[in-house]
Amino acid sequence: MIFQIILLIMLAYVVGFIYFGLYRNITARIQGRYGPTVYQSFYDSIKLFSKNNTVSYGWMFYLGPVIMATGAVLTLVLVPVFSDSDFLRSVTSQGNLFVLLYLMVLGPLGNALAVGTGGNPFGVMGVVRGLTRLIGLELPFYIAVVGLIIAANSSDIVHIIDLQKTAGLNIINHPLLFIGAMISMVGFFGASPFDIPGAPQEVYSGPRTEFSGKFLALLMSQGSLFAFAKLVLIVDLFLGGADSLVMLVLKTFTIFVAIIFIGIVYGRYKVEQAVDFLMKLPTLIAVLGLARIVWFG
Amino acid sequence: MESGFYGSSTDGSLKCKFEESGLANTHDIMEKAVRWFRSRSIFVVAYGTGCGAIEMPPTFTSRYDAERMGVVGVATPRQADLIILSGYLAYKTLRRVIRTYEQMQKPRYIMTLGSCPINGGMYWDSYNTIKKLDDYLPIDVSVTGCMPRPEAVIDGFVLLQERIRNGEKAGWEKYDENFEFYKENQKRVLGGHIDPSYETDWYNLKSGGKA
Repeated sequence: MIFQIILLIMLAYVVGFIYFGLYRNITARIQGRYGPTVYQSFYDSIKLFSKNNTVSYGWMFYLGPVIMATGAVLTLVLVPVFSDSDFLRSVTSQGNLFVLLYLMVLGPLGNALAVGTGGNPFGVMGVVRGLTRLIGLELPFYIAVVGLIIAANSSDIVHIIDLQKTAGLNIINHPLLFIGAMISMVGFFGASPFDIPGAPQEVYSGPRTEFSGKFLALLMSQGSLFAFAKLVLIVDLFLGGADSLVMLVLKTFTIFVAIIFIGIVYGRYKVEQAVDFLMKLPTLIAVLGLARIVWFG
Repeated sequence: MESGFYGSSTDGSLKCKFEESGLANTHDIMEKAVRWFRSRSIFVVAYGTGCGAIEMPPTFTSRYDAERMGVVGVATPRQADLIILSGYLAYKTLRRVIRTYEQMQKPRYIMTLGSCPINGGMYWDSYNTIKKLDDYLPIDVSVTGCMPRPEAVIDGFVLLQERIRNGEKAGWEKYDENFEFYKENQKRVLGGHIDPSYETDWYNLKSGGKA
């Protein structure tokens, strides 16, 4: 079991970092640049892990990235990776969607604690922006997940995957829920137009402003783990899971590329604009999808 | 002396551990690998002084695209490996630059653009600019020209990458070894007080602030 968890983390680390390398590369190509190599994120993380760290703000500051990494790893191990085999599904049966939804916000809270201790004004601004945005982001996503739970009559992800084998994919059966959840996902990935917390031209790096060296590397690593976990979760919930590594990469990459393209096309919202938008259109779409399930099955 | 695995060349504790266990060769290989990764990933904080600041946007954006070599701009000195000083430095600016440089985590490098940080350039007889930056902060790469074109700046990045890869002695090591020399020079032009004060305990200011 331990072996499978370690294998899963390694897989997520590699796939997540290659995806972020592709993200930078594809962004560069669209902007008419050559762009960095696909492995650039590995280079960055190894370099950052080998840097000195002489900044000290007390232990809570350093616990923040650790709490974030904990949230990411826990989310990762609770999401079933493959639909047909029990491989890499060691502790999935211990949790359900409710636990996952709770764990997904553990990271931002840990971040807020750490950045508050650091006291950097840009960090605090970033955290306030991030938590405000979270109010808007969670709403459509949670409604979509509740809709799926009602439709499947279960909060077990494995059950939701199995149901899609007979009843058809959720993306076709419940397209409104999928649209609502995807708009949320764009924000969960920190892509434009919801890249408010770390907005480079406004609050420098936002919550990451004061982190350096190994802790920045830890933040990057947990970011890639978490990104992989979220992609697999979306694939599990709406695309019927993946039965092989090829299908997994294909499906997650499709979702990822969609998010990249949305992020490149749009500019950045202000905080209040983002919350305003998220609480209106995606929430309305998700509520319509929910109503369709409740009244028409 | 080669730059250390964890960025600290002064204590060879890690190397000693490797040598005790008969793995000195492994240490060399790892250090080589880390140096290679360092050279492929340089985070830049662009400190725009003087005229050279205008050369940095084209260097980092679509036209010349420094990101293809792993050179990326970051927003804060905490995350940065390299600071680019793009022109003359007034005394007032030098104070801020020293503070920014000391906030950067080791290993850290300095690149200067143009002739002003080398010998004062056209400000050689100015009353409020420094003539030779190397007396106050250790320069790793000086890109000459007035102003250097982005091609020259990229050439400077390549030179810096080669130096990191070869493990040549970097500026921050000189700064650590000759700390008194640099601080003496800085105090000569900036007066007695330079931030950050190494005597002040910034985290207990209420209780007198004495470390």
